[in-house]
Amino acid sequence: MPWVARGLREGIVTTRYPRRPDDHGPDFVAAVTVTDQPAEGAGQGLAGLCPTGAISVGPPVAVDRGRCILCGHCVDARPEMFAYESSPGTARLHRRLLVTPPAPGDDDLEARVRAELAARVRRFGRSLHIRHVDAGSDGSEEWEIAALTGPIYDVHRLGIFFTASPRHADVLLVTGAGTAGMAEPLQRTYHAMPDPKVVVAVGTDAISGGLVHPTYVTRGGVAGLLPVDVCVPGSPPSPFSILHGLLLAMGRLGGTRPLRARGRG
Amino acid sequence: MTIQGDRLGEEVIDRSRFAEAVTRLSAGPNRFAGLFPSLRASGGVELRAVAATPGGYTSVVTELPPGDLAYPSVSVGLPAASWYEREIHDRYGIQPGGHPRLDPLVLPLLPEDPHPALGDWHSQVTPDPRALDAHASGEGLFTIPYGPVRSGVFEAVEYLVETFGEDIPRLRSRIYHKHRGIDWRFEDLTPDDGVLLAERVEGTASVAHAIAYCRGLEQLTGTEVPYGAEVVRLVHAELERVANHLDSMIRHSDGSYQAVANARLAVHKERLLRLRATLCGSRFGRNVVVPGGVSGPMRRPPDEARSELLRIASGVSGDARAMMSTPSFLDRLRGAGVLPADLVAAHGAVGPVARGSGLGEDVRHARPYGAYPSSGFRPAAPHGQGDALARQQVRLEEMDESFRLAAEGLAVLAGCNESEWRRSPGAVADGTAISAVESPQGELLYVVETDGGRLARVKPRCAAFHNFALFPAAFRGDILTDFVFIEASFGLSVAGVAG
Repeated sequence: MPWVARGLREGIVTTRYPRRPDDHGPDFVAAVTVTDQPAEGAGQGLAGLCPTGAISVGPPVAVDRGRCILCGHCVDARPEMFAYESSPGTARLHRRLLVTPPAPGDDDLEARVRAELAARVRRFGRSLHIRHVDAGSDGSEEWEIAALTGPIYDVHRLGIFFTASPRHADVLLVTGAGTAGMAEPLQRTYHAMPDPKVVVAVGTDAISGGLVHPTYVTRGGVAGLLPVDVCVPGSPPSPFSILHGLLLAMGRLGGTRPLRARGRG
Repeated sequence: MTIQGDRLGEEVIDRSRFAEAVTRLSAGPNRFAGLFPSLRASGGVELRAVAATPGGYTSVVTELPPGDLAYPSVSVGLPAASWYEREIHDRYGIQPGGHPRLDPLVLPLLPEDPHPALGDWHSQVTPDPRALDAHASGEGLFTIPYGPVRSGVFEAVEYLVETFGEDIPRLRSRIYHKHRGIDWRFEDLTPDDGVLLAERVEGTASVAHAIAYCRGLEQLTGTEVPYGAEVVRLVHAELERVANHLDSMIRHSDGSYQAVANARLAVHKERLLRLRATLCGSRFGRNVVVPGGVSGPMRRPPDEARSELLRIASGVSGDARAMMSTPSFLDRLRGAGVLPADLVAAHGAVGPVARGSGLGEDVRHARPYGAYPSSGFRPAAPHGQGDALARQQVRLEEMDESFRLAAEGLAVLAGCNESEWRRSPGAVADGTAISAVESPQGELLYVVETDGGRLARVKPRCAAFHNFALFPAAFRGDILTDFVFIEASFGLSVAGVAG
């Protein structure tokens, strides 16, 4: 029985996130943030730093994380203005909330979409079933999603499960820039899911098309094909960020429901 | 306007003799490696066939005039060219006369749209709701459509399994759903930004793509990469190979219900991705390789990273040994998905898929590049059985060697006080460069063409694309429950296949 001994060899390897921050979270670059605004007239050429047009010169200078592919060109060129952020809590409930720094009115928008979503997902309770669909990803997002079911992230402890049938799914997890070929299968999957349902766009490609868009077969992300509820930016987002998006979808973060994992956590 | 690839020493052949020339070029010891079109401003197309030779790559070129994009098909005498000709027929409307089966490959089954390359490149292709049609017929025969939305977290690909319940007399596949037309996006980018797109062609092999793309560009700019940067590239490329081979192992263990092995391998893979993240910030080694070198030194002291790597390596090798002596695992792989050596040779398959049938060179050995010539690299021993188990044995040996190479690379970096990580590339000379690296799934080819200092055309040719045409051939005498192992042992990256 060599495998029994092997299985016990390392003890518990599972992260405590989200109950406590994970020591490894900061190892992964999660987003780019604007640390300082340029002096008047010094914002010239900033937009040209970004290959996906994520920087708007403003004022204020802002980064659209829904377009950012984390290439770091802006951080390298203007370290006094842009910096990497490694906190995994990058998922947002609205496309507009991905722009940093936040614009006036963003708080109201967030409160509104959060309340709307909370009313919709109340029925999910503490159990969430996910159907994943690839709509033209580069393959890395699938690795990161698959990692969630491994022993280190082990989302089963949080009541999150992957399901093969859309009929059993509460959440549609979509990756990829939205190819013409996947438009129909994606929509059919969405319509096959029972209400209430939540759509999570995973990765910058799924949110805006990233660097892959435009071509003759890509849509600029999946928002044109489905109503997206949660956006998880990143190219690809780390498993922590994807988990953050799922918890946000369940209303388990920053809402009225206390964040608690069942059993050991 | 014709770009002469004078760096390649190729000849321009009349299109009536092109097929014959390609067949001759691909005859042993050479191997057919791809067919690449390049649209000219005139509306004509330059068609280039590339073959691997014992010492490098060689190509022949023909010109197809505007309005008459036709030539006698290469596939008639060289079946390995079949998918390439289907793709160029879809995208450019090129007519390879006499092609045995010119079905759409990357476009809808019944194209109402014009061929995108010839019209507005950014116009949209209409979605296609049709599924693949059944072809085989017989009493008791039924079809199982599988995909593009599949059970589990997988990339989108459509299979049509025609079966009597157990045996699979026929399997068809379609990659159209995931086709992104990604290679055309290169033309909108600067040579420096092109590497970011290369990293996203096949996201699980970002490093291999970045290196292949940059090597093509470096050929055209005459840039010599500093030695320390070559070692950094080698370390990241080998870690990427380990991650991919581990992923393939995970799929095998999952398919055979080896729950403990599956969990342990997932832990090893996650630790490896975390190690990669501490070296560069990205779990996929992105933003490391840049034209002319690497973006900078490792973010973590190399000796520290090395001890972590050795710890992961010893964990992996213990579990791999245990798996290879677990009968309930081996029984599922043994004899599954046999690829006969003569078929592999005729098709010119690459990577672990070919090496599992006792064939297939390793680019790192046959045409060493970067820091490989001085690394003492030893290619995996050939395994001749041609089944899923042989392909897995090749991967395990490669993984051991990759761990060794990466650890030695980190030791070299720990003892080196390199200050130059990147040589700024000179002016981009006009021309065409062919570069190749050994990606985790086999030979990865880039054809980089520049014009006036800009990227005129970049065509990545993934190992998975070249090998995937052989996939249905692996189903001789296999049954439905073998499917998962045959697919996993091919190590397909659908993003790489569909482009």
